[in-house]
Amino acid sequence: MSSLILRTVARLLLPILVLISLFLLLRGHNSPGGGFVGGLVCAAAIILQMLAYDAPTARRMLRGGPWLLLPLGLGLALVSGLASLLWGQPFMTSHFASVPLPGGSTLDLGLPTVFDLGVYLVVLGTVLLIVLSLAEE
Amino acid sequence: MASHLATDRGKTLLRVPGWRWPLAPVVALPLALFAFALSHAPAALAGTPWEATIRWLPALGLSLQLRLDSLSLVFTLLVTGIGTLVMAYSIPYMQGEYGLVRYYASLTLFMLAMTGLVVAGNLLLLFVCWELTSISSYLLIGFRHEEVESQEAALQALLITGAGGLAMLAGVVLIGQVYGGFDLGVILAEPARLRAHPWYGWALGLILAGAFTKSAQFPFHFWLPEAMVAPTPVSAYLHSATMVKAGIYLLARLAPLLGGTRAWQATLLTVGGLTMLLGAWQALRQHDLKAILAYTTISSLGTMVVLLGLGTAGAAQAALVTLIAHALYKGALFLVAGAIDHETGTRDVRLLGGLWVHGPTLGLVAALATLSMAGLPPTLGFVAKELGYGATLGWSAQAVAAGGLALVLLAANACNVALAVVLGYRVFFGEAGGPWPRKPHGASWLLVLPGLLLAAASWLAGLLPRYLDGAVAEAVGHVLPGAHPAHLALWHGWSLPLGLSVATLGSGAALYALWTRRPPAPRGEPRWSALAAYRWLVHRALPAAAAGLTRALQNGSLRFYMIVILASTVVVAGGTLLRSGLLGRGILGGEAYAWPELLMTGLLVAAALGVVLAPTRLGAILSLGAVGSMVTLLYVRFRAPDLALTQLLIEALTVILLLQVFHYLPPGFEETVRPRRAALEIVVAVSVGLLMAGLVLVANGVQFAPPVARYYLEQSVPLAHGHNVVNVILVDFRGYDTLGEITVLATAAIGVYALLRASRRKA
Repeated sequence: MSSLILRTVARLLLPILVLISLFLLLRGHNSPGGGFVGGLVCAAAIILQMLAYDAPTARRMLRGGPWLLLPLGLGLALVSGLASLLWGQPFMTSHFASVPLPGGSTLDLGLPTVFDLGVYLVVLGTVLLIVLSLAEE
Repeated sequence: MASHLATDRGKTLLRVPGWRWPLAPVVALPLALFAFALSHAPAALAGTPWEATIRWLPALGLSLQLRLDSLSLVFTLLVTGIGTLVMAYSIPYMQGEYGLVRYYASLTLFMLAMTGLVVAGNLLLLFVCWELTSISSYLLIGFRHEEVESQEAALQALLITGAGGLAMLAGVVLIGQVYGGFDLGVILAEPARLRAHPWYGWALGLILAGAFTKSAQFPFHFWLPEAMVAPTPVSAYLHSATMVKAGIYLLARLAPLLGGTRAWQATLLTVGGLTMLLGAWQALRQHDLKAILAYTTISSLGTMVVLLGLGTAGAAQAALVTLIAHALYKGALFLVAGAIDHETGTRDVRLLGGLWVHGPTLGLVAALATLSMAGLPPTLGFVAKELGYGATLGWSAQAVAAGGLALVLLAANACNVALAVVLGYRVFFGEAGGPWPRKPHGASWLLVLPGLLLAAASWLAGLLPRYLDGAVAEAVGHVLPGAHPAHLALWHGWSLPLGLSVATLGSGAALYALWTRRPPAPRGEPRWSALAAYRWLVHRALPAAAAGLTRALQNGSLRFYMIVILASTVVVAGGTLLRSGLLGRGILGGEAYAWPELLMTGLLVAAALGVVLAPTRLGAILSLGAVGSMVTLLYVRFRAPDLALTQLLIEALTVILLLQVFHYLPPGFEETVRPRRAALEIVVAVSVGLLMAGLVLVANGVQFAPPVARYYLEQSVPLAHGHNVVNVILVDFRGYDTLGEITVLATAAIGVYALLRASRRKA
């Protein structure tokens, strides 16, 4: 399946889809979205490359391959949960902070976002590991 | 230090002859604990024991409660004292062996676990230590793990004591339920509550199962002689002096709670009596030094169980003194047996003889220890035997019962006497034996000194029993609250027990004469024995049952798996649903449905039918996609954008995955299914559908607890700073669940990857 049209479109779509996936991840706290959906969209973006080119090309887009994403994501989720132990609070107590930005707006940060990033990475890694392994059979 | 020892360099260092001092900490640890226990002895004897509590898992009622009362003190001193000697003895004995780090680590683990067991003030902690001793025993029996014999013996010991441990855990949990906690102080203060409870019988039986398996009582005794494949210091320490006495400790500790009833007495007397006789008789038929010692150990453990079952102050005192005396002389004899093995290369009593000239000090140790084993004055063994006779004679008002029990004890003791002569006289002073695989060259002082100390202790304790008297009397008070036994003494005057002692020596001498006329010869396994039953169960019955079950359930047909899984779900969940009587109640409450929902539902049903009826595989996959899309639409309609988004993406991915595995599937789609099988599948499929529909209806209409949704809706912004409640629940309120789910996800991915790799390698 080597179509020039698909390749061109896939290459153009890749940055947009990845941006959308990150957008979904970050806005999940207040509107529909979140780590799970974001991860799926990002995985879909890379699968599109796989369909347009081939599996090795898609694999090369991830430095370290899907293998690295699983421990990274799980570790991030775990660390975000463990962080509250530093404050002497139970595992997975959430913490939030508002950082004032120049120009009058504020940046709201929270540990659940880190956790969600972990979910994002695990979902991405899981889907890609399965799909890429199947494709390379 | 530990990490240093654990390296390869450490291993080679340990092999250098004379390189001993790095092992000093291994010896120093039990010695320090011994000193600690000894320093708190006056407090324990005064009735104000040392106590410490470390909070561990407060939610489970589990804390590290330690209590060093006089009963614990007696055991702690034995465990740490003999532990020190065994560690020191191991240095020359194990020199040059492979895997010394493992050896000392396991032995230290055992020593700590056993100490924890006897000072635990909490039943759960006691159980944890109990299991740790089983595990370290497994590791040490299987120390030479490349030998099949060791593997088998280690596994056998673990299975027997582990099964007993499980039973005991159930008993501990029952007791904990009755008392609402596991604090031994609370439980022992109020024994009447369990006595009156209907669970008393269960608790008693389960706890006894734990104690009997650990202390090698009939019919679980057979693991102990097999465990003799362990290095001899291990046999001396675990399988004679301390670990096998954990069961005795448990019986003594829980006697105020469980003891004194007819059931207790009948069980302990029967099991202990049988064990006592069987062990003694079997010991006479062995020719391996360690096997003889193992069977006499079993016999002595039986004696202790019988004495604890009697339930009088004198009997409890006799049990404790027997235990101390046995630990001292049997520990010493095992260490002697190890030294003999180390020097001559054999443990066969038919080959051994006249060892006196090769090792006079070792001969002295053997003589001292066997005199205590035979129960001759002035050793502690004599004191123990006299007390035993006194307790059995004074146990029952009925002369027949008391006399009968005394005779049983006499028979077992006579066997002990005969074997003491074999071990102490024949091996060292009898005519020279041989040929030996190795030429004796004089044992290292570290191989002799620990045994000498133990043997000397059994003489000192016999000569000066008053130093033991206070501790034993206090400990008896813990076994039988309020009991005050008579003072320990070497000389009890001219009495019936003394007469029985003389009779024991006479019959022992006669047995020895018989033994020399027909020394034990190797013989085949008996057809019927507890060991044979165990082997049949573990090697025949269980594998056959497992294989049959696997063949029946895992036959390789995916369709069959689906039917089994779904049908059992229908039976279990559906049965519960029908029985609950909830089906009639909850029907969707008055929401109006307009034509869009009806249309979507109609399309959904049509698409689902399309999956089943599609003539080609591609058609089925596409229909499945249509089902998913309809579900997505319904989510949108009912204002669940998060669900809709996810469902849509999952649908897309599912189709991609299905297309990827497409060309692996067999070409023919219209499989020929027998009509009857097809009917079964239809029935299962329809009932699963009905079940799920019923569950959804009921779940919608029934509420058991106030709904949590409102709390989440109200607290989402103030607590979690998020407006999307679904996501807040996922990553914050119930983040723990999500953490578990993503772990499962990652595990599943690794599983798929591994399966693909495996099939690639096969191809």
